[in-house]
Amino acid sequence: MTDPSTPLIAVEHVDKWFGSLHVLRDVNLDVRRGEVVVVVGPSGSGKSTLCRVINRIEPIDSGVIRVDGRPLPAEGRALARLRADVGMVFQQFNLFSHRSILDNVTLGPVKVRGIPREQARRRARELLARVGIADQADKMPAQLSGGQQQRAAIARALAMDPKVLLFDEPTSALDPEMINEVLDVMTTLAGDGMTMVVVTHEMGFARRAADRVVFMADGQLLEQAPPTDFFDHPRTDRARDFLSKVLTH
Amino acid sequence: MNGVDFLADSLPVFWAGFRITVLLALASYAGALILGAVLAVLRISPAAPARAAGLAYVEWFRNVPLLVHLFVAILCLPKLGVRIGPFTAAFLVLAMYTAAQVCEALRSGVNAVPRGQAEAGRALGLTFGQNLRHVILPQAARTVVPPLGSVFIALVKNTAVASLIGVVDLTYQFGELARDEPGQVMTLLVAVAFGYLVMTIPAGYAVARLQRRAAVAR
Repeated sequence: MTDPSTPLIAVEHVDKWFGSLHVLRDVNLDVRRGEVVVVVGPSGSGKSTLCRVINRIEPIDSGVIRVDGRPLPAEGRALARLRADVGMVFQQFNLFSHRSILDNVTLGPVKVRGIPREQARRRARELLARVGIADQADKMPAQLSGGQQQRAAIARALAMDPKVLLFDEPTSALDPEMINEVLDVMTTLAGDGMTMVVVTHEMGFARRAADRVVFMADGQLLEQAPPTDFFDHPRTDRARDFLSKVLTH
Repeated sequence: MNGVDFLADSLPVFWAGFRITVLLALASYAGALILGAVLAVLRISPAAPARAAGLAYVEWFRNVPLLVHLFVAILCLPKLGVRIGPFTAAFLVLAMYTAAQVCEALRSGVNAVPRGQAEAGRALGLTFGQNLRHVILPQAARTVVPPLGSVFIALVKNTAVASLIGVVDLTYQFGELARDEPGQVMTLLVAVAFGYLVMTIPAGYAVARLQRRAAVAR
């Protein structure tokens, strides 16, 4: 499926409950190749869940999700193969705490892609240099700052040569002075044409890097528009209310 | 005969029993580690039938006394046409009984690994087995050393029940010697206790050492 007109990610009529809580309500979203989609919205709006259902880290209750035209398979080898093509960056970094930074980056390429270890290491060092932490390669995750850990996590995701990168609130667990070093890496990736879905509270990043901003509230996808339209002319009351709260300072 | 002379005379008998106890404990522990690891994988498997089978096994062996399991093996297996000696029966029962404890120790270690670690492994495209092997188990290993040590120490003490079905272990020899020389029962008691302590106390220290090593490797 390399037809460039097929959306890389298609979320169709997706519903999800956590117990009695309806966290995703009939959500529809297409992400095209090379597009950067930034998902914003108040806490508890379901935006993080939306990000996590795309590679089935969270299963959905109804609807269809297609990646590169193919519906997500059930848990098993086929799903694992598909996840290899969908990179994910987590709020809490989730670097493998028992492995060095370099080994974090090479694990996927070596075990999933079957790339020879030496080749994977060379590539990992290149990627670590690209995110600005080449000199941290041989340290353990706990020895790095939060910003460095998150950049290492981005390098780990990039090492799989993913078709798309999912970012689940990548800067929400960071001290303020480290947020920009991560956002700068993400902005560069966006400029390089990487397809990205970014859940974030960083409105500056959304304005700067997004092709499209998606606004969610109460599990519903209420608006989607280019950033200038969304920030300057929000159409729904919920979006206006949300923006008035986050853009005042 | 004084206590020292009596002990010196009984030493070969004790030594023979001690060797059987060590053999039984080590063999059962090896079996329990292998079977317990398989059970733990069942209990954390994404497949519901596998989890149910693991749970049923663990509940059965954790909630029925060891001695009952031993009697079940000794009384029921011959009826099914299975003829095994007392040592083999004791080994099988101790290994299967202890496997349930090993399973729970491993499972609690796996559960102590933060959820995000497994999620990151899945997100990379690791299969369930690869994720266990490269991400979860190496981290769980740090926390399972102390409970697995406790399981071993409990197992060494549990081997004593084998004497009831005719395994000539340390406790069996104690019973024999005490029947022959009732006047020396206190001396014998100290000697048999010493026989168990030389296994269990070093095991406790070895666990503490291993645990420190695991902590440094973090």
